[in-house]
Amino acid sequence: MSTYILRRLLLLVPVILGILFVTFLIKALIPTDAVTALYEGQVTERDAAEAIAAIRAKYNLDRPWHEQFALYVLNAAQGDLGESVRTRRPVLDEIGFRYLNTLKLTFAALAISIVIGVLTGILAAYKRDTWLDVTAMTVSLFGISMPAFFFGLVLILVFSVWLQWLPVIPQGPLALLLPALTLGLIEAAPLARITRSGMIEVLSSDYIRAARAKGVGETTILFAHALPNALLAVVTIIGLQIGSLLGGAFIIEVVFGWPGIGELAVKAIQWRDFVITQAVILVGAGTYVLVNLLVDILYTWIDPRIDYQSS
Amino acid sequence: MSSLDLTEAGRAEAPRRQVGLRWVLRQLLRKRSSQIGGSIVLLIVFCAVFAPELTPYDPFRVDVLNRLKPPGPPHWFGTDELGRDIFSRVLYGTRYFVLVSLISVSIAGSFGVLLGLVAGAGSSLADSFVMRVVDVLLAFPYILLVLAVVAILGPSLWTAMIAVGVAGIPGYARVVRSNVLAVRQEPYVEAMRALGAGPLRIMVGTILPNVASSIVIYTSFAMPIAVLAASALSFIGLGAQPPMPEWGAMVVGARTFLRTAWWVPAAPGLTIFVAIFAINLLGNALRDVLDPRSR
Repeated sequence: MSTYILRRLLLLVPVILGILFVTFLIKALIPTDAVTALYEGQVTERDAAEAIAAIRAKYNLDRPWHEQFALYVLNAAQGDLGESVRTRRPVLDEIGFRYLNTLKLTFAALAISIVIGVLTGILAAYKRDTWLDVTAMTVSLFGISMPAFFFGLVLILVFSVWLQWLPVIPQGPLALLLPALTLGLIEAAPLARITRSGMIEVLSSDYIRAARAKGVGETTILFAHALPNALLAVVTIIGLQIGSLLGGAFIIEVVFGWPGIGELAVKAIQWRDFVITQAVILVGAGTYVLVNLLVDILYTWIDPRIDYQSS
Repeated sequence: MSSLDLTEAGRAEAPRRQVGLRWVLRQLLRKRSSQIGGSIVLLIVFCAVFAPELTPYDPFRVDVLNRLKPPGPPHWFGTDELGRDIFSRVLYGTRYFVLVSLISVSIAGSFGVLLGLVAGAGSSLADSFVMRVVDVLLAFPYILLVLAVVAILGPSLWTAMIAVGVAGIPGYARVVRSNVLAVRQEPYVEAMRALGAGPLRIMVGTILPNVASSIVIYTSFAMPIAVLAASALSFIGLGAQPPMPEWGAMVVGARTFLRTAWWVPAAPGLTIFVAIFAINLLGNALRDVLDPRSR
């Protein structure tokens, strides 16, 4: 097991380097010089030339690109993601609490989507081709087709404006409720479909038929025999789902004004603050890769049939 | 907007049976879901082509005296904060919807298929290079990759389409590659090689037509995701810019007067939903026809 984890960690190195390179391109490929964009129209031309030279030196923009990339990797390895070009504060200070907020939103939504998605999927598979199945699958097709930002507005309209159960700008733990519900319900839709097809496959297998023949009760068959095997597919999918949830969180944060890194990234792109944009995308992709590694390890731990040596 | 759908699509294998376009169309016409989905898609395309003739008002005309009028005659979907007729704007929005769908999927499809063919049917060096790049790009959550491209190019409708297209390339490349790897083992490919056909001819003339249906299946997953992403970009202000009557952009800022004028975001938001739903219905039916095992 430990050699497997070590190998996975080593395989992660080129991927992380690749991610660093792609995020590095954000700074390197901006068509207008990032520094010029920053100072446009703010200072006189003579002062600007001086300031630009100073800034270029400070952000290492006067060096050849491979040196810039090496410096970027070295600094990132030490946890230094640079300074925001707009606020001049270290990026980590700007991102810190926002990153936790995004994680909170992502994992709350994940919990909602797992509970609702997996339960719906099981029920739909068990009651296959009944009105329950058809309704569940139609609703999940609605979910897949729904723009998350619009669904968020609908929830605000229903719960805050019409029913008035929630304040329009909620404080404290309530503030998390609607954003997490929006994202969680939207992501429950594909999860329900995948759980259903996994469950149908398992329910039609020989060992379930054998259990039925032995006279095992339906509840036991469903939850003790079928579910664990169907969940294996679901666990892998959940790893990938973290990607859509993280990405979805970026949009939902804007809808609800939730102070996460997604909201920050959108502002940073509009401000042309390439250092923040770069850092947020790096942190987001890094989180996604790490969570997937954890899921893979969890997966081999849950399913003892997987051979660590050859996998 | 999820990578899940894409993985599900990745599992879809190329059917071994050769199917003609006419046969596929006949099968589609028989299905209720493709009848509904197809009619809505055709209606959208019709509106996009004839938008200037169909709109009762100029979608850009500001009429402050009639601002925030609720739905009812003569403004069927109401008017927005500048008094513009929402129905006309939604109708005009079909043009952007069709444009975004075609351009972003064309970018993702053409580059992705090319890369997938080169990786699957080319040299092993080309394969490992392309797949390493694809692996890195797939390590990004989809929306983050889209945002990275927007950050480089700057916010506009065109960059939104390009960004969504670029972010779709690795998915296509991976699906096409895996299907090419399966097809290139087939005896008919071997036969072409024995007959002395060059690698390019085998790649384009023999392998490509045989992975075409898997490309269509993948597109049925990828297109709604791409269009949703593009409208989300416009909504967060990084895609189509006001006063462009793009549906996502029309929902922007609606939150501020949600309490008083719910119809301003409702019409464009519901239209996006119906349009994507139609594409998904059509996609589902298409998958049933092309790959009966996927259900």
